[in-house]
Amino acid sequence: MIGQSRSRTVVAHLVMIVGILIVAFPIYYTFVASTLTLREILRPPLPLLPGGEFFHNYYAALFGGIGRIGGVGVDRLLINSTIMALGIAVGKIAISILSAYAIVFFRFPLRMFFFWTIFITLMLPVEVRILPTYKVMVDLNLIDTYTGLILPLIASATATLLFRQFFMTIPAELLEAARVDGAGPWRFFKDILLPLSRTNIAALFVILFIYGWTQYLWPLLVTNSNDMNTIVIGLRKMISFADADTEWHLVMVTCMLAILPPVLVVVLMQRWFVRGLVETEK
Amino acid sequence: MTARGTFPHRLLPYLLLAPQLAITLVFFYWPAAQALYQSLLREDPFGLKSRFVGLANFRRVLSEPSYLNSLEVTVIFSVATAVSAMAIALLLATMADKIVKGRGLYRTLMIWPYAVAPAIAGMLWLFLFNPTMGTFAYMLRSTGYNWDPLLNGNQAMVLIIAAAAWKQISYNFLFFVAGLQSIPRTLIEAAAIDGAGETKRFWTIVFPLLAPITFFLLVINTTYAFFDTFGIIHAVTGGGPGKATETLVYKVYNDGFVNLQLGSSAAQSVILMIIVIALTAVQFRYVEKRVHYG
Repeated sequence: MIGQSRSRTVVAHLVMIVGILIVAFPIYYTFVASTLTLREILRPPLPLLPGGEFFHNYYAALFGGIGRIGGVGVDRLLINSTIMALGIAVGKIAISILSAYAIVFFRFPLRMFFFWTIFITLMLPVEVRILPTYKVMVDLNLIDTYTGLILPLIASATATLLFRQFFMTIPAELLEAARVDGAGPWRFFKDILLPLSRTNIAALFVILFIYGWTQYLWPLLVTNSNDMNTIVIGLRKMISFADADTEWHLVMVTCMLAILPPVLVVVLMQRWFVRGLVETEK
Repeated sequence: MTARGTFPHRLLPYLLLAPQLAITLVFFYWPAAQALYQSLLREDPFGLKSRFVGLANFRRVLSEPSYLNSLEVTVIFSVATAVSAMAIALLLATMADKIVKGRGLYRTLMIWPYAVAPAIAGMLWLFLFNPTMGTFAYMLRSTGYNWDPLLNGNQAMVLIIAAAAWKQISYNFLFFVAGLQSIPRTLIEAAAIDGAGETKRFWTIVFPLLAPITFFLLVINTTYAFFDTFGIIHAVTGGGPGKATETLVYKVYNDGFVNLQLGSSAAQSVILMIIVIALTAVQFRYVEKRVHYG
């Protein structure tokens, strides 16, 4: 290690602190706003420290029956987002691990063709096929359903690639040993492969949960009725009716509630998150 | 690829692949094929009949001033977003690399905006900078600056770039930190012994060694700016004022889903597909050099 002068270390700390302040400030200020009264919010500049309405505002938004978007409570929106994010994360992991298992541990005609079929979906994000996909959704009666929110998003080239890469590092002897001991494909998968994949699954879960929670275009397309909106879409609807009557203090609370779950997942599962991020994007 | 043990089943692998393949066929390939097919057709105004028009839709789209405008908007937006998000992240990562005590805490504090949805990132910035109640808008105006992103296209652009870049800093930060840690200390020490100062060491050793990761992040950030920022634009500016912030993806959505111009929207979809294919190809060419499949 090169000797580093004290002043340089201090500068490094200072820059980091400024950086973190910039990164954290928009969220912090929204939190501050969520603890103020409507009158205070409408009279900028806002104070730098939280006000005294924390319990009142959060209670009103969650249980008070106000702060509703088209008659739908915040709790419903949070439940929708949770179902969608969990469904996508679990669904993607499940079908990807099965596909990777087939591709790595079996030999069958058209194996590589199927692999490329899955791989190429990377190049077909929703954004490039909005209208025809919408039409498929209408034809299959999937508009305004949880299935519609989840199912079309669970195909995953990246997760399949990740599992494939991991499975290929598993020594062939392990499989041979399992077969000698009489383990069939299901047994091998359940008792050997799944336990070995635990860390990969955890890492992917964090990334995919956030992916699901932060979706925007897809829920915008496939939900019409207010009670199927995710919290992000619901929030957008709250601010788009921005006129004198908008209850901004409750909008701010909703905003915090929309941010909190994925942030908690990231912070609490940080180790898996960093790992998952670096591995899935390789 | 080395030979490896396998199970001798005939039917089972197809069953394992079935769910994934079914979803990709129904929700990816079929709609994509439809988009390709539609892009060659033109429908009559009632949507009753359509006829084959070859590449006419493409010719029309590419000569439309509003399309060229949105192309320009997309390029400006993407370059500005990618460059500013990466520059800030690199600066912070180099600083974090020098810190021994408290490094973990800094990392934790840096990464959480990753979990904020782009649309919400946009709303947070709109809340700070909207002309009626934003605190920063208020401050800007009290200095005499005429700040109104709802009327001024350039200011609207600055606002969505700030929101989009802000959201991406934490992601880039993590990758740069990982990249910096993989640079051998001996190289830097050797340069220090030869008398190179810190700035010189950064530009002649550290930065060139980070080139692969910088390039990788450039591709990822461009893809992000092209596709994942739809939420920011939809929530903050709605493509306006005028068409000042209408990116290609926003325009595809607006023309197809809102204005129902099928042929034009399909042609735009196909052009976007080509862009994604190019970006993915670049990304994987780079990956191939780094990752070794066993």
